[in-house]
Amino acid sequence: MWLWFHKLGSPKYFWTISARLIPWIGGLSAVLIAVSLYLGLFVAPPDYQQGESYRIMFIHVPSAWNSMFIYVVMAVSAAIGLIWKMKVADSVASASAVIGASFTFLTLVTGSLWGKPMWGTWWVWDARLTSELILLFLYLGFIALQASIEDRQKASRASAVLAIVGVINVPIIYYSVIWWNTLHQPPSLTTGASMIDKSMLLPLLLMAVAFKLFYLTVLLIRTRCEVLERERNSSWVQELARAAEQNLAPTLTGSRAE
Amino acid sequence: MSDAGLPKVFLVILKRDLTLALRRRAQIMNPLIFFVIVITLFPLGVGPEPNILQTLAPGVIWVAALLAAMLSLESIFHSDFEDGTLEQLLMTQHPLSVTILAKVTAHWLLAGLPLLILAPLLAVLLHLPGDAIQVLVITLALGTPILSLIGAIGVALTVGLRRGGVLLSLLVLPLYIPVLIFGAGAIDSASGGLPVSAHLSILGALLALSLSLSPLAAAAALRISVE
Repeated sequence: MWLWFHKLGSPKYFWTISARLIPWIGGLSAVLIAVSLYLGLFVAPPDYQQGESYRIMFIHVPSAWNSMFIYVVMAVSAAIGLIWKMKVADSVASASAVIGASFTFLTLVTGSLWGKPMWGTWWVWDARLTSELILLFLYLGFIALQASIEDRQKASRASAVLAIVGVINVPIIYYSVIWWNTLHQPPSLTTGASMIDKSMLLPLLLMAVAFKLFYLTVLLIRTRCEVLERERNSSWVQELARAAEQNLAPTLTGSRAE
Repeated sequence: MSDAGLPKVFLVILKRDLTLALRRRAQIMNPLIFFVIVITLFPLGVGPEPNILQTLAPGVIWVAALLAAMLSLESIFHSDFEDGTLEQLLMTQHPLSVTILAKVTAHWLLAGLPLLILAPLLAVLLHLPGDAIQVLVITLALGTPILSLIGAIGVALTVGLRRGGVLLSLLVLPLYIPVLIFGAGAIDSASGGLPVSAHLSILGALLALSLSLSPLAAAAALRISVE
């Protein structure tokens, strides 16, 4: 196991193994998304209180789970990259940031689309909504720091420090926001789905798994790009480039960029 | 110099930073003037009714304090980075976290402490009741050191960058949110006649946490930025 983990840390090994994994994981996540969409949109009965509009939950809840899960993955892999100088871990961290920010944004958008018919307003300063918004800011800070340092390795290490500080702060921010909210307004809005029916729970859980797999697929693809860019001076990448060039040579005569 | 104890190192750097800053008084004054102006803008923006101002006052004062602290943060490391002193400090045998703690203390004495003196005056202008003003000063005393400590991590990360200023606020402001919530919350409770000790305890806990951890994080960040 550890040996495999160490091998995975080598960019070249990662490049070959991820190419084999992507079709399988991607295919599985596509199938799962299709199945759980069908179950969620057609099979599950309408809610007795919320009617049809609760169905946005099948997107909203899994992406909310993902948004927090990815932040932890990002911080852990950034820490691994910082401590053990594992190159692929750095790439995983920076590839995760954009995906995590997208899921956070998706959560906010679907949440406010659901909130308009249910609560009668696009936005409430509810504890969960607010902490999700702050999570988005934390992601954006991470991305901005990474983008503004030119040297990729240095950028990774600096943003790793930020991610670790952020991960310590996330629970503090979360609980302070909860307390802030209960101080100002009584908990009038509880998303009371304590008794959830099996026909609704199953697509929800399936979708959660599917979203995790989708994240993994996109993560692998983005990490591959990162790895290529970071390793552009190493011999195996240049060999790859030369091989690709020879394959393309007959079709692209003359008008090749650079 | 080689057998100088850590308290001595701390004091030497503190004294140096204070001396340097006192030679350039305008730099100390600017964030304070900014603080006063921002708070003056609010009554002009929302109208002069005492009730509204009293409700807004805790939040307004704390947000202005966050922004004023942000403005002065860069001075912790920036000029030292430009003239190369920072590299010398990195190369000394003393733990970098002690150096940073000294520099952060200097920053707080020059940027945080004056806010404690100015804030009660502004609170009177915003019609905050007397009890609440006392609590305001206590929350600022507990909270502004946290701002300097967390801010030091952000400055350490961005010190080598050309356009670090805006980035710094992007990195640091989300981390300031708990301080804002409990600082303004305590004053709110006080003006409503509610107990405030829970808020103050949490601010104290945050201060202890950031006092112990953030010099280490800032030291790690500084070593990455300056190499």
